[in-house]
Amino acid sequence: MLIRGKYQGASFFELLEVDFPQLRPATNLRDVGDASLLQGVPHGTTVLAMRYADGVLMAGDRLATEGHRVASRDMQKVYPTDAHSLVAIAGAAGPAIEMARMLRIELEHYEKIEGEALELEGKANKLSQMVRANLPAAMQGLVVVPIFAGYDLRRRLGRLWKYDVTGGRYEEAEFESSGSGSLYARESIKKAWRSDLTRDDALRIALQALADAADEDRATGGVDLARGIFPIVCFCTVVGVEEVTAEEIERTYRAHVAIARQRVSAGA
Amino acid sequence: MSIPFYVSPEQLMQDKADFARKGIARGKSIVALEYDKGIVLLAENPSSLSKIGEIYDRLAFAGVGKFSEFDQLRKIGVRFCDVRGYAYSREDVRARALANAYSQAIGDVFTQQMKPLEAEVIVAEVGDPRLLGQEKNTLYRVQFDGSISDHRGFCGIGGTVEQIEIYLKEHYRAGQPLGDAVRIGVAALSNGGTRIAAERLEMCTLDRERAGRKFRRASADEVTAILG
Repeated sequence: MLIRGKYQGASFFELLEVDFPQLRPATNLRDVGDASLLQGVPHGTTVLAMRYADGVLMAGDRLATEGHRVASRDMQKVYPTDAHSLVAIAGAAGPAIEMARMLRIELEHYEKIEGEALELEGKANKLSQMVRANLPAAMQGLVVVPIFAGYDLRRRLGRLWKYDVTGGRYEEAEFESSGSGSLYARESIKKAWRSDLTRDDALRIALQALADAADEDRATGGVDLARGIFPIVCFCTVVGVEEVTAEEIERTYRAHVAIARQRVSAGA
Repeated sequence: MSIPFYVSPEQLMQDKADFARKGIARGKSIVALEYDKGIVLLAENPSSLSKIGEIYDRLAFAGVGKFSEFDQLRKIGVRFCDVRGYAYSREDVRARALANAYSQAIGDVFTQQMKPLEAEVIVAEVGDPRLLGQEKNTLYRVQFDGSISDHRGFCGIGGTVEQIEIYLKEHYRAGQPLGDAVRIGVAALSNGGTRIAAERLEMCTLDRERAGRKFRRASADEVTAILG
């Protein structure tokens, strides 16, 4: 019975550790007999985040792969964690989704227990601890490399952080991408990024970057018009998190395709 | 060898109950009312320490009596629900389970410990029209001895609960808009005296039309706008 729990703090992760160890996600996989089993688990691929005039944008493709096969065509890799923050995950899908879910519960739990939300930096730091806790699993191949972004209500600006497998946390002033196609996405954004991008420009650049990543990296998913599957794009501004509708993404995508066609057929 | 005094169980329980009632009556009462779009919880509370709190997506808490005791109950409720929602699904977190857990815990303290809890609580759950079988609002009151009751329309806790219920039985109407519900709720809390000023009022809602977390704490300006 929870009423007799020992834990008195405001962290959900620690609450599980102290009073409900059986529910805590396993991170120490040393006893797993055959580590090669872990290589076959689904992996999520390309996600990105960038600052723009009103805050920050976060986007991700939808493909999850199992080696060379498709594991899922419509995986969600961008998750709102509370009213003013988002996390994007790349890497081993199982632990990554669990980490996003855990972060959301953790932030909400803290807010409810303490009566006020953590500062944006505090939230980013919390995720850092979760990535660090996942290190033993990362050593076995279950690497999770998230990006965290949000709107800092005290400083009135969008901010974003990238992480390494040890939980290292690095604030980025411009943009960041993670996952197998991240190299191409980053190069694509780099050419177009400015600090005063409008919402429409930011959306266009993000979709362009994901298209470039999908073009060069087979594990990154593109737009699937037949099934109506589009990348997920979210904006986070002073008013909160807004997920861009599939219609708007499709419109932007079609405009992008029209320009690409013009380029190919020019002079023909 | 000294012979311990004999106290009959009836006397013991009576004494404990009187003690708890006295402690609870020292604080101000709280009322929860259903309105057309959800549930509103109202407390006279000039301090910055809240008596009303968010528990889960559709669940809210209100406590009267000794602050340290009911606030501990609130935190226990948050932990109870977050763990359940994590282990099962968010929709599996229900008011009845939480109210039962409170009833058990508060009842255990009442019978087993020297000092009973000087606190009683409301657990409110707003219905969700999209979930078949969970469309209705629920209001539970758990008293200092662990006794539990469910209520339709409105529910009060605290020392003046009888007067509040008499007033609301007469004035409460189902399906009224938020403004009306707040005004009669505040009138009930004011208990025939001068109406409680807006700045002394703590007001929270469980708004069915919000996405995700339905709980919302109203700002001082919103309360003033409603009470005029």
